[in-house]
Amino acid sequence: MKDLKNIANPFNDDKVSANCSIFGMMNLSGTTFSGKDILTAIKNMRVRSNGLGGGFACYGLYPKYPDHYALHLMYNTREAKEISENFIDKHFFITRAEEIPTKQIKEIIDPPEFWRYFVHPKTELDKNHYDDYVVEMVMTINTQIQDTFVFSSGKNMAVFKGVGFPGDIGRFFMIEDYTGYIWLAHGRFPTNTLGWWGGAHPFNILDWSVVHNGEISSYGTNQRFLEMYGYKCSLYTDTEVIAYAADLLMRRHNLPIEVASKILAPPLWNTIDRMDKKEKELYTSLRQVYGGLLMNGPFSIVIARNGEMIGLTDRVRLRPLTAAVNSDMLYISSEEAPIRLIDPNIEYAWIPKGGEPIIGRLSEKKVIYNEKLTLQDLNKEA
Amino acid sequence: MKSYLLPEFKIIRDDDRCIRCQVCVRQCGFGVHTYDEENDIIISDESKCVGCQRCAVFCPTNALTIMTNPYEYRPNANWRKEFINDVKKQAEGGGVILTGCGNDKPYKIYWDHIVLNASQVTNPSIDPLREPMELRTYLGSKTNQLEMVDGELKTVLTSQVMIETPIIFSALSYGAISFNAQTSLARAASEFGTLFNSGEGGLPKELRKYGKNAIVQCASGRFGVDPEYLNSSAVVEIKIGQGAKPGIGGHLPGEKVSIPVSRTRMIPEGTDALSPAPQHDIYSIEDLSTLIYALKETTNYEKPISVKIAAVHNSAAIASGMVRAGADIIALDGIRGGTGAAPKIIRDNVGIPIELALAAVDERLRKERIRNKCSIIVAGGFRNAGDIIKAIALGADAVYIATAALVAMGCTLCQKCYTGICNWGICTTDPWLSKRINPDIATKRLTNLLRGWSLEIKEMLGGMGINAIESLRGNRHHLRGVGLNKWELDVLGIKGAGE
Repeated sequence: MKDLKNIANPFNDDKVSANCSIFGMMNLSGTTFSGKDILTAIKNMRVRSNGLGGGFACYGLYPKYPDHYALHLMYNTREAKEISENFIDKHFFITRAEEIPTKQIKEIIDPPEFWRYFVHPKTELDKNHYDDYVVEMVMTINTQIQDTFVFSSGKNMAVFKGVGFPGDIGRFFMIEDYTGYIWLAHGRFPTNTLGWWGGAHPFNILDWSVVHNGEISSYGTNQRFLEMYGYKCSLYTDTEVIAYAADLLMRRHNLPIEVASKILAPPLWNTIDRMDKKEKELYTSLRQVYGGLLMNGPFSIVIARNGEMIGLTDRVRLRPLTAAVNSDMLYISSEEAPIRLIDPNIEYAWIPKGGEPIIGRLSEKKVIYNEKLTLQDLNKEA
Repeated sequence: MKSYLLPEFKIIRDDDRCIRCQVCVRQCGFGVHTYDEENDIIISDESKCVGCQRCAVFCPTNALTIMTNPYEYRPNANWRKEFINDVKKQAEGGGVILTGCGNDKPYKIYWDHIVLNASQVTNPSIDPLREPMELRTYLGSKTNQLEMVDGELKTVLTSQVMIETPIIFSALSYGAISFNAQTSLARAASEFGTLFNSGEGGLPKELRKYGKNAIVQCASGRFGVDPEYLNSSAVVEIKIGQGAKPGIGGHLPGEKVSIPVSRTRMIPEGTDALSPAPQHDIYSIEDLSTLIYALKETTNYEKPISVKIAAVHNSAAIASGMVRAGADIIALDGIRGGTGAAPKIIRDNVGIPIELALAAVDERLRKERIRNKCSIIVAGGFRNAGDIIKAIALGADAVYIATAALVAMGCTLCQKCYTGICNWGICTTDPWLSKRINPDIATKRLTNLLRGWSLEIKEMLGGMGINAIESLRGNRHHLRGVGLNKWELDVLGIKGAGE
């Protein structure tokens, strides 16, 4: 999108606000399952969206191409497709290109065209820099090429999203036909813009996908902090800022998710003051160095990357979030009802404390909550 | 020579109320009031009155009204009363006109043209009486990244100084202000968990116990500077310039150099204490770097080094150089910053408003990606918590206040600080006048001020839906301009109201 700023933020507001429903589910053993359940779940929270945006992210989707960057693009015009494909061809080796199948339904009006490309970077850079290269190319397409937008660019994952209620978007993309071991869903209620297809959520960069419900009062601080690290916030949304923060902290600075979540939602100073020396030093340093990434104001988010799903609220928990577990399954949702709707036998459901992340980790096959509690502990408590 | 100047103030005494107690006679250090015993009347020589209101405040029967003398010359938009009188003064004295306090000219005060945001509907405001609200701030250079290996923190930050509110007492030197006044500032800073600044006159031995809360200055006169002084502090500040008098030095008259002042400043009693205009070992940026590292060596890299400059045209570029030269803190002092003594022509005409300097410096350091490497403290005429919170949203880490602190202790901005006489006991070393500051009371007045402003900052933060001050730092989205031109909005990096 050449005039991305005008499309994403047509009224030149400080930022684009939206309130939303969010839902995430993960199989901790890595067993894949279809999008049928998450579609049911997100439809159950219809009143949390207003028909101006819905979307899904799925991990473990392309087992045939696990090492390829899977670029998912939307095109508003034929010309856009031509220019973009030339660009992609110039900067990537394309192993496979195909149109993303969709089903015409009456609720979805005038959709763009969708294509996906399984690619490797065409560059002499060292492998370690492939991610940076892909980020740069995605940002170039998103800001330089007219009528095009990259929905997702991670490996073995995809984002499907658009303008409409999430239930309709799900049917349009036929997500019931896909299987993955992590699914995210989002229903959007924008308060100051009309929807556009690229502006729907999940927001993705590389591996990271974010669904978010909230309104971050610290946006200006977060945005200016990220700009110092080369991120251009072109969509003017909280979600974009959270995705970049996750990318900076966990990919570039290599901090564990447990630590990163304490940067986005840090403990209060008087809590830090009571910690033992070593912990106190760590948490003080985190706030000193990354204070600009404190997400202040109400939010609840679910972030996913390959092998991990994380739920988090702001530190005083001004937006709802419920988590639940049932054997291998972890659910994180705005509300408890949709969880019980798709899995009436859940063993344990709880409302996490403000700022305490819930982490589902494939490699350890467990849920980590409140640092010490594991899935086993939670089951015991239940 | 007969003076052609008329008195600046008019003293009206209600004779029905006056009980001839002579409080006014004793309170006025300028000798305005005298008692004529024979006729049982008090005579007031208005030509000596500076309008400090000390006599009026202490008059037990409220018999005195001190007001601006309402005399008028023929109205003239160009030759205003002030300029006519200044010419007369110089025709009679032939010198540079001295003055005290900050610039009183009607330059645009940008704080008065910036409004703050508040949460409505889409996100909740936060009630600071019920929810935590954090003002704690750390001053010092930060890294761009923390490194962790196997859950262990590997990065060690250079020294950081914690303040519980982003309000610090600015430089007020001993000698310029009285011992009791400096003691009160030190005690208030220590009680509240913030910092005071020794100014360039050294730190009296008696106050070194408050060193944890002290910023000590190393200025061009190097008064009282030795390793013990430097190491007694929390922060060492190199003073390059001052907002009230950018580009020139200082002069403490010998009359104010009493024995204790001479001991603290390490100069002979009764000699003039002259601060040269430049630091004579800093003629370039690399010289500054040398001094910064000399001070770091002396203090074993345990203290952040601040560099204070007056806000001038190229502040942004200068500040960038200062950070690259190793400064951990950049202190900017704007055109409305105060002083104990400055040539009036300099105070009133040199420098730029702090709002614009701050916005430009913060933006430049961010563009150069070195904003994390330093903290920014701003100074220069902060009048209330509203000004302070706007400064933080523009990008400051903390704010220096000096004039407001003096006002809290009694100052009424009569601008006669340079005379050595201060009826409020603040800006004087006269032992009789100095006693008028009771450190217990003055400390209380100062901590009350810090408390009041901190509470107000919390209220405003909560209103914006923010519960930690770092989430407002540089968050210009929460600011809007009213009545500003496009270039002003651009420099401030804010939108106009309604945009």
